[in-house]
Amino acid sequence: MTEIVSLDWLALTVFVPLLGAVLSFLVPRIAPQIGLMTLALAGLCVTMLALQVIPGGPVIVALGGWGAPLGLDLRADGLAIIMLGMNVLVGGFVSLGALDTFSARHAGEESARMRRYFWPLWLLLLCGLNGAYLSTDIFNLYVMIEVIALAAIGLTVLTGRLDAMRAGLEYMFASMLGALLFLMAVGLAYLQAGRLDFAGLAVHAGEPAMMLAFALMLVGLALKTALFPLHFWLPNAHASASAPASALLSGLVLKASLYILLRFWVEIFGPGERIGMLVGAMGTGAIIWGSVQALRTQRLKLLVAWSTVAQIGLICVAFALAGTIGAQTAWQGAVLLMVAHAVAKAAMFLAAGRIAQETGHDRIADLDRSHLRPTLAQFAFALAAISLIGLPPSAGFAGKWLLMEGAMRAGAWIWVVVAMAGTLFSVAYLSRPLIGFLRFDRAPDPVGEHHGWAIADAPPLMLAVIAVISGLVAVQIIGVISIGAPFGAVP
Amino acid sequence: MNLDATMPDTGVIFGLAGILVFGIGLFGALSLRDSLRRVLALKLCGVGASFILIVAAWRGPGLAADPVPHALVITGIVVMVSATAVALALIRRIHSLENGRDD
Amino acid sequence: MEFTLLPLAILFTSLGIVPLLFALPERSARLRTTINLTAAAIKVGLVAWLSWRVSQGTIYGVGFEVLPGLAFKLQADPLAILFIALSSILWLITTIYSVGYLEKGPHRARFFGFFSLCVAATVGIAMAGNLFTFLLFYELLTIATYPLVIHRGTAEALRAGRIYLIYTLAGGLVLLVGTLWLWVMAGGTDFAAGGMMADIAAASPVQATMLFVVLIAGLGVKAALVPFHAWLPIAMVAPAPVSALLHAVAVVKAGAFGIMRVVYEVFGINVAVDLGVTLPLAIAAGITIIYGSLRALTQDDIKKRLAYSTVSQVSYITLGVALANPIAAIGALAHLIHQGLMKITMFMAAGNLAEGLGVKTVSGMNGVGRRMPGTMLAFTLAALAMIGLPPLAGFVSKWYLASGGLDAGQGWVIALLLGSSLLNAAYFLPMLHRAWFVDAGDASAARPVGRRIGWMLSAPPLVTAALVLIAGGLANAPFSPLEWTRFIVAIEYRE
Repeated sequence: MTEIVSLDWLALTVFVPLLGAVLSFLVPRIAPQIGLMTLALAGLCVTMLALQVIPGGPVIVALGGWGAPLGLDLRADGLAIIMLGMNVLVGGFVSLGALDTFSARHAGEESARMRRYFWPLWLLLLCGLNGAYLSTDIFNLYVMIEVIALAAIGLTVLTGRLDAMRAGLEYMFASMLGALLFLMAVGLAYLQAGRLDFAGLAVHAGEPAMMLAFALMLVGLALKTALFPLHFWLPNAHASASAPASALLSGLVLKASLYILLRFWVEIFGPGERIGMLVGAMGTGAIIWGSVQALRTQRLKLLVAWSTVAQIGLICVAFALAGTIGAQTAWQGAVLLMVAHAVAKAAMFLAAGRIAQETGHDRIADLDRSHLRPTLAQFAFALAAISLIGLPPSAGFAGKWLLMEGAMRAGAWIWVVVAMAGTLFSVAYLSRPLIGFLRFDRAPDPVGEHHGWAIADAPPLMLAVIAVISGLVAVQIIGVISIGAPFGAVP
Repeated sequence: MNLDATMPDTGVIFGLAGILVFGIGLFGALSLRDSLRRVLALKLCGVGASFILIVAAWRGPGLAADPVPHALVITGIVVMVSATAVALALIRRIHSLENGRDD
Repeated sequence: MEFTLLPLAILFTSLGIVPLLFALPERSARLRTTINLTAAAIKVGLVAWLSWRVSQGTIYGVGFEVLPGLAFKLQADPLAILFIALSSILWLITTIYSVGYLEKGPHRARFFGFFSLCVAATVGIAMAGNLFTFLLFYELLTIATYPLVIHRGTAEALRAGRIYLIYTLAGGLVLLVGTLWLWVMAGGTDFAAGGMMADIAAASPVQATMLFVVLIAGLGVKAALVPFHAWLPIAMVAPAPVSALLHAVAVVKAGAFGIMRVVYEVFGINVAVDLGVTLPLAIAAGITIIYGSLRALTQDDIKKRLAYSTVSQVSYITLGVALANPIAAIGALAHLIHQGLMKITMFMAAGNLAEGLGVKTVSGMNGVGRRMPGTMLAFTLAALAMIGLPPLAGFVSKWYLASGGLDAGQGWVIALLLGSSLLNAAYFLPMLHRAWFVDAGDASAARPVGRRIGWMLSAPPLVTAALVLIAGGLANAPFSPLEWTRFIVAIEYRE
């Protein structure tokens, strides 16, 4: 099944964004062009890679000739392809959205700085994300998550405002701590196994030092992925960033640590059911706490950010089903939910940014007092909400269906109930802004239906439409995920 | 390469010291409020983690050290330096914004 | 090959124009109306063709896999035709009515977009070939109707909309769990005459019964089965054409239709009887029938009275299904159509009263017959049909239900239907009495309160009233609802 290829789209997938980051930093004048070009090339790389992997099975490439035990292998299986595809798809549309947000139309020093630094940071982030999905050894992963973290923090504080700075610093501390816990775990794992690659480590799974290493990694990754109760840094960081940055942070960045946790869980450590239950319980806590906060907040962007906390919790319910008869179905559901959340949440943040741009504020209570209703952006927001709630035919629906199916097959009805509760909660908090969009009796003037339409509405709308209809190709996505059997053989 | 069986005493001491230093750093990062101190505490964590990797390189008296962990530690140091630089830059920026100065 | 695409084409006539309608500027009213009416007319034509082919024994199906093992599947069987025919004809009529009703009103682009989406959802519900596909469209219906219910955008409308959304989405979630459970338990969700639960019901009757309860609860919300009915009277804040569509075709019918599918084609009528779940369902329907009528008696608001009447009348369908008797089943299926025709007439008439005369309450109906003779004639016909006056449509359904009850040895059904008819008379006759035989008394009769009622508002209720008359009077003609119903029942009870 596996083959070694000499000219590799695999390595290019990581290095093209890196090159783009450097170039856009050096030549800021044409940074947007470089950015879009890089995204297009990265898209090409992922497509070519997919064309290799889908018919031929997983692809491995040894960077610089360093083989497995030392571990500079990059490997692409179906799961990695899906995650890479998610990166370039969501990243591509967010880049288009960023073109408008950071366009030269907006005067001022702040805008100029954002224009200058957005592209290098974002392309560096893409390099880290792509690298994380292709890594096969834990030290490489450590480097990648640090690259991701540094770029992500840069994006968080891009606006230069004090609230963003403070939130960014909180994020920085959480992220550094998470990374150091991870590094400590890398040290322990090497001490125990003398190897860093997944396969080499898996042999030693279950030994006490490895369990300690896993515990450290679990905490570190939970911190980075903002799993309740380690989510404290997320809402402010995601809500205070500029809209495209929030879309990337919420849509893509969190998924990397979640993906690493999932890989470790399945391919290396295979921890017992009790730890799975613990993560599931944390997920339940996230659903409840994130939803309650989303119901209470007064700001649209904060609501969207808190909803991320809740949605991450829902995805983590899959860990509670590891090792049961429904595990494989649940993992597939979790991956679908990750992709669905990435697309829908990016759309939602972009749409929220557009709404704030048109109406001049993002106070939920005042949405219905304006005669300006950016209907297209609101429509995109509503479509994204459909996917987040998990209504058919969205990818969110398909993911939740599989997650609940896994729980039901395992006979674990408690997780079915948790998923149902999460759904009802998401209806409750997402309907708050929707009601603001649709209420008209408080507006001072008649509300024009097609007012505030702009070309900048296209990226969120396209993403939202993709989120809603992509559930119809869920079976194809699952087919790709299963290449290389990341979750074990098909029963 | 089992922890208690083959590792000589020096290794155990270094390893425990690494864990201890990491623990002190962790405690500091969680309990301190001042931003600068928290950065320093996190640096301590980094040192502790590096210790563990260095222990992993040691194969016993008279034997050549395993080069891999050394490479890892160097990479780790580079990463930590950049992270620290970003953190310090942020702290400084916040400080100047809070005090109404732009420097 | 082209024939297998017919179901998709019918779905597309309503679904395909949705983006177009959203994108049209508010002022291009003429173009919007043209698109709407053309699509609606094409659909009626396609459905007529489809019905003809299906009556000749052809069954159309089209599907593709969406989730591992689960397909999106459309299937035009006779039962589906029954529902599609209703929705396509009433869509055409309601579209004309809506164009007149919303003349110069705000947000028409949005309204007609969601209106079309709503009709597309009912088509999907009708043609769903398995419970999974049914679920997809069931949820789509919720999404499409919510913006219609709150169309006015007032605080009251949004409050009602919130309640509507909570009820229907919770119901949808319960149905989702039920569908999922069925899939996990039985390994399939296909609709097929005779059902697929025979083995499971024999092996683990308790689980099968619980599944039945979950599915019916999920569907019962939209079917407004007591105690899940509270959203329906509240949702009448919607504009008149929306209420008309909701009560006659879209939402409540989707629930009732789903109950039919579950009883006949998921469980199979014999399995359901063996499990002992049909009698409780019949009793629940009976309670709903009486409860709805009792509540209707005391409502002064016309639309609220009509809404409670819907709660009552829709449960006739459930009752007929649950009696597990072929004759009662004919009554139930025919009532799906008959109730739609009667109720849509009444809601459109009520809309005309409110728009033309400002009359929204029963106590304000004095003398309206003279001021709006056409509209009130339609209303009267529909009301008399509801009460069950022969030879109108409502009489036909009640007759079959009663005979079926007797045939099934459930004598209480006769008493129930008599009681219900008396209550129907008790809340409809005073309205008719006020309209025709009481003088308006004061000066208000002379001065017009509302706007002029053009032909687009006055003609549709007359047309549907005529259909009520025809469906009852010519019940034995070929292709009448009753005849088609006999065709279906022959299939479902063939087992």
